[in-house]
Amino acid sequence: MKSNQKPVSGGYFPRDRVRQPDAYTPWYKTSVVRSPNKALISMNNTLSEITGPVFGHSILGDLDNDMMINFAAPGESAIGQRIIVHGRVLDENGNGVPDCLLEVWQANAGGRYRHAKEGYVAALDPNFGGCGRCITDESGYYSFRTIKPGAYPWPNGPNDWRPAHIHFSLFGHAFAQRLITQMYFEGDPMIPHCPIIRTISDQNAIDDLIAPLDLANTVPMDARAYKFDIVLRGRRSTMFENRMEGN
Amino acid sequence: MVQKLNLLKESASQTAGPYVHIGCVPNFCGIEGVYPEDLGSSMVNDKTEGERITIRGKVIDGTGTPLKDVMLEIWQADHKGLYPAVNEMRGDADSNFTGWGRCPGDYTTGEYVFETIKPGIVPFMDGKPMAPHITFWVVARGINVGLHTRMYFPEEETANAADPVLGRIEHKVRIPTLIGKKTGDGEYTFDIVLQGENETVFFDI
Ligand SMILES: [Fe+3]
Repeated sequence: MKSNQKPVSGGYFPRDRVRQPDAYTPWYKTSVVRSPNKALISMNNTLSEITGPVFGHSILGDLDNDMMINFAAPGESAIGQRIIVHGRVLDENGNGVPDCLLEVWQANAGGRYRHAKEGYVAALDPNFGGCGRCITDESGYYSFRTIKPGAYPWPNGPNDWRPAHIHFSLFGHAFAQRLITQMYFEGDPMIPHCPIIRTISDQNAIDDLIAPLDLANTVPMDARAYKFDIVLRGRRSTMFENRMEGN
Repeated sequence: MVQKLNLLKESASQTAGPYVHIGCVPNFCGIEGVYPEDLGSSMVNDKTEGERITIRGKVIDGTGTPLKDVMLEIWQADHKGLYPAVNEMRGDADSNFTGWGRCPGDYTTGEYVFETIKPGIVPFMDGKPMAPHITFWVVARGINVGLHTRMYFPEEETANAADPVLGRIEHKVRIPTLIGKKTGDGEYTFDIVLQGENETVFFDI
């Protein structure tokens, strides 16, 4: 096929800081001394930002995308509501992002993390570790199986609780796309009360972090499905700019 | 009416929280047997070319206290200035170098350590050289959007003075916050200050 279109090689769209949380959000108390006071220095992407590490499927073990059993004793499985979380990683142009590494972590069904600094009274589940990972296919699709995490209290205000959530860390194709976020569950009454969610002031941006129940993809008599799409920064496709990669 | 642009919007960031270790460095926090090793724990091997260096430091909050639940990632070019990335079109980077490292702060002291090599020179958009530098990305409880910064090298005074990114910083008094301190042969310290008088320069990239 003949085309005079060159490969995409421009910088990434500027991060829309209006949709992102502010750094200083005093109702989330830890942010008060951990937020920069000075303005970020804007910089156009250089090669250092438009490149990034890539992780091949060879790093994945057979159970990496199955938190229900990846820490469990043989023949056992984690306690809790069985769910499948699936969706696509897209860029802002709407294209699927292939070969994207997703690392996920969460509390167990009772809201307790497996971590030395965790002090919540809820019981540990001996068969639940709380970490999983997967890599998107050629269309940007991913899926993993887990149990639905519980809500948990945390020391912030006198009575603050986190809604049920799964933490997500994503690598796109560029270090400029690096993102850590959280997925919430449709219908959770704790969502509007969460100081961490309220670090985002744009309601649409909050809605985009809430996964709907996906009854169509639910496995009957086994596990409910939740669909969660994630959008990473898009890249300029204009061909008339400096070719940083020399192509 | 006009056509719609149909662009999506980047998902909003949320803090990595205090238990980022579970997902990103599970072996470090005692969750063993799920992954054989923590990703990013080693960047070099016996065959990696270039000058070996060690970078250590702390991430410090507005009260002067080091963060003990921080996680840092670095991304850098190899000794020739090539990135070990799929979209590196200028040549093949050293296959014995990952370019990417990840390190949690120590639970007690907050200190991080990276064993790596000194990066080569990477061109800016206009083809002029940037001084050797390493990109840092910092996440932790209380940080709502991961922070990007760079470490430059103190012995590269001439290159640093000509660096186009450092040159963009209006308040020259802040530039030293981006330059590591040499503490020995191949040993550097790079503390990142989140807030206050000596606040590190962070970039909106
Ligand atoms: Fe959490």
